[in-house]
Amino acid sequence: MTQDRSEMSEDDDDKQSPPLDLRSAAIAEPSSSSSSSSVVVVVDSTPNKSRNCISSSSSGSLTSQPFPDHVLENVLENVLQFLDSRCDRNAASLVCKSWWRVEASTRSEVFIGNCYALSPARLTQRFKRVSSFVLKGKPRFADFNLMPPDWGANFAPWVSTMAKAYPWLEKVDLKRMFVTDDDLALLADSFPGFKELILVCCEGFGTSGIAIVANKCRKLKVLDLIESEVTDDEVDWISCFPEDVTCLESLAFDCVEAPINFKALEGLVARSPFLKKLRLNRFVSLVELHRLLLGAPQLTSLGTGSFSHDEEPQSEQEPDYAAAFSACKSVVCLSGFRELMPEYLPAIYPVCANLTSLNFSYANISPDMFKPIIQNCHKLQVFWALDSICDEGLQAVAETCKELRELRIFPFDPREDSEGPVSEVGLQAISEGCRKLESILYFCQRMTNAAVIAMSENCPELTVFRLCIMGRHRPDHVTGKPMDEGFGAIVKNCKKLTRLAVSGLLTDQAFRYMGEYGKLVRTLSVAFAGDSDMALRHVLEGCPRLQKLEIRDSPFGDAALRSGMHRYYNMRFVWMSACSLSRGCCKDIASAMPNLVVEVIGSDDDDENRDYVETLYMYRSLDGPRKDAPKFVAIL
Amino acid sequence: MAYEKKVNELNLKDTELCLGLPGRTEEIKEEQEVSCVKSNNKRQFEETRDEEESTPPTKTQIVGWPPVRSYRKNNSVSYVKVSMDGAPYLRKIDLKTYKNYPELLKALENMFKFTVGEYSEREGYKGSGFVPTYEDKDGDWMLVGDVPWDMFSSSCKRLRIMKGSDAPTLDASL
Repeated sequence: MTQDRSEMSEDDDDKQSPPLDLRSAAIAEPSSSSSSSSVVVVVDSTPNKSRNCISSSSSGSLTSQPFPDHVLENVLENVLQFLDSRCDRNAASLVCKSWWRVEASTRSEVFIGNCYALSPARLTQRFKRVSSFVLKGKPRFADFNLMPPDWGANFAPWVSTMAKAYPWLEKVDLKRMFVTDDDLALLADSFPGFKELILVCCEGFGTSGIAIVANKCRKLKVLDLIESEVTDDEVDWISCFPEDVTCLESLAFDCVEAPINFKALEGLVARSPFLKKLRLNRFVSLVELHRLLLGAPQLTSLGTGSFSHDEEPQSEQEPDYAAAFSACKSVVCLSGFRELMPEYLPAIYPVCANLTSLNFSYANISPDMFKPIIQNCHKLQVFWALDSICDEGLQAVAETCKELRELRIFPFDPREDSEGPVSEVGLQAISEGCRKLESILYFCQRMTNAAVIAMSENCPELTVFRLCIMGRHRPDHVTGKPMDEGFGAIVKNCKKLTRLAVSGLLTDQAFRYMGEYGKLVRTLSVAFAGDSDMALRHVLEGCPRLQKLEIRDSPFGDAALRSGMHRYYNMRFVWMSACSLSRGCCKDIASAMPNLVVEVIGSDDDDENRDYVETLYMYRSLDGPRKDAPKFVAIL
Repeated sequence: MAYEKKVNELNLKDTELCLGLPGRTEEIKEEQEVSCVKSNNKRQFEETRDEEESTPPTKTQIVGWPPVRSYRKNNSVSYVKVSMDGAPYLRKIDLKTYKNYPELLKALENMFKFTVGEYSEREGYKGSGFVPTYEDKDGDWMLVGDVPWDMFSSSCKRLRIMKGSDAPTLDASL
């Protein structure tokens, strides 16, 4: 189940991710000298050093032993093998040089949260036996056209370096990376045991690249293309899978906007006995889905294609869709429903009672069509939908889905001045009915503090709270007051909160609450909020665990930015666009913090002497500024 | 905040100021961008992911707001089947693209090349022999036009244009 959640999730991991181990990573080779003063970093004065590796060497823990103790290292190797979590591994690597060495030689799964935080060479120098690799590229706000295309995040240097260093590589999981067909070809050629390719929100490749992977990676178990842009090269990639029985366990191509050869797909599914997850694109019709389901009753996760019929002769007998779904007793995760014809929805009744995850976010369903379905979904834990289900639909969810952990409501009409079919009424209902809620993303046009406060009190398990009131600067529509108290209650009452996105009319007070009470907040998204620098200062001087800060269109200036200098090395990145920053200040910070890469992003016709900073994107890096920055990026 | 809205189907796009290059085709996807913070800095990023805007842009549309990925924006179509007695093929339409009954009926007439008669509440459709009916969420077959438009569009599961001889058997009211 959790596997399905992370597949569906657009979010980052919720696991703790300690800051990049700058100090020990700076040590390329274990040296025989006993001195191990910090090579590159300033002394960090914040009290929170528990996960912070940027500290002075006063701990003296890096004295190396004059002769490596082979016995000890062998023992260590056997023990450290059992450590999976990267937090634990990072901590272990800091104990001493010996532990660092052994940990580096036994780490098989590497996670890199920012592809520009280090070079591929550094990765391969430190870790020798990597078989699984997660890499993230562009910052999230790039998804919303706040950055010009061709900014970077190229997979090419990574794949070419790893091709030589890790021929045994099995898994690659990329998010917001630019991946070309050549990169995919190199991947397919270089890793004979390759098993899992997951591309989330990526672009730069097409069906020809996919075809090469399908053809050459004979041990492929997972091919998941999720919300990526895939060009239609008019290649029949489904036919490129090898003829014999495959190892496929998961195949997701719902984002591929290209017709597929259904006969080949049917054949592929028939010779994939281990296939559990299948997500089709909209070019697979309902009739074709029916045939697939009859041939694959072992599926646990299904993404339907088009849930409608094309023009067809009237007299043709329609297949019994409900029967096909009945045959799939194991399906617990359902998504797709593109081009939905509501009259076919009842076909999914047979699987409703088993569903733990349901994604209706591409289906424009009215409350009347929706309620009969959801009333059967007692086991539902993850639910994504469009706001077309209205407050009424949310009330139905609240009545039935007592196990709900994650809710996402997207706007059918994503404009500021559109009708708002969901409101505080729906939010209140959910908070009362779904007490186990952990994660919520909610787009609406109007909201009240009372409903948000209610949620903070009713749902103590919340770790992710993202509320998007689509009208900018919109206050509580009942009281006319800012939304300060609502968000304040969330940070105060939801003690496990790690991710927060705010909206609506917010004064500096809201940020005072966030800074004071947001003890575990790692990711904060701010847009059109706050009155002054003080707001940002509250956050930077509080929120001890803050890692990722993204801000747009808020009146925060140089003084606020400077106030965070003590902590930028402990963060993954800071994004600020359309704020009140000056180039001079950004330059000062760049000079004072040599391991921070400070990018000022503009358009081509920018006057280089212009002082105003449209977009600031800054992040720590072990290997200095990148060499592939395009013209419109100035690295200060 | 007052935004200009689409008025009586007039496409205000033509009269709008825009920062795009002159001579751009009607497939302009990006609206004029305005930053809320005072700056003399208006920038327009070329939209690489082609985004079909189904409504004309309002005057002060903000880039990337609300924060919904373009991937999500051009989708969520929902169709109902339309059949006509005697026609060999079914069609499908998206009810959301129509705002009222006249628009819908006009589209149906174009689609199947017929004319629907005069509608009156008491007597239904008269004059052409074709009667538009629909199946609602409860499975009942109703006459198109009997209920308010919004109620119709949210409960209509499929449409059937009946030929005159069947029409009188249909109960014109609920």
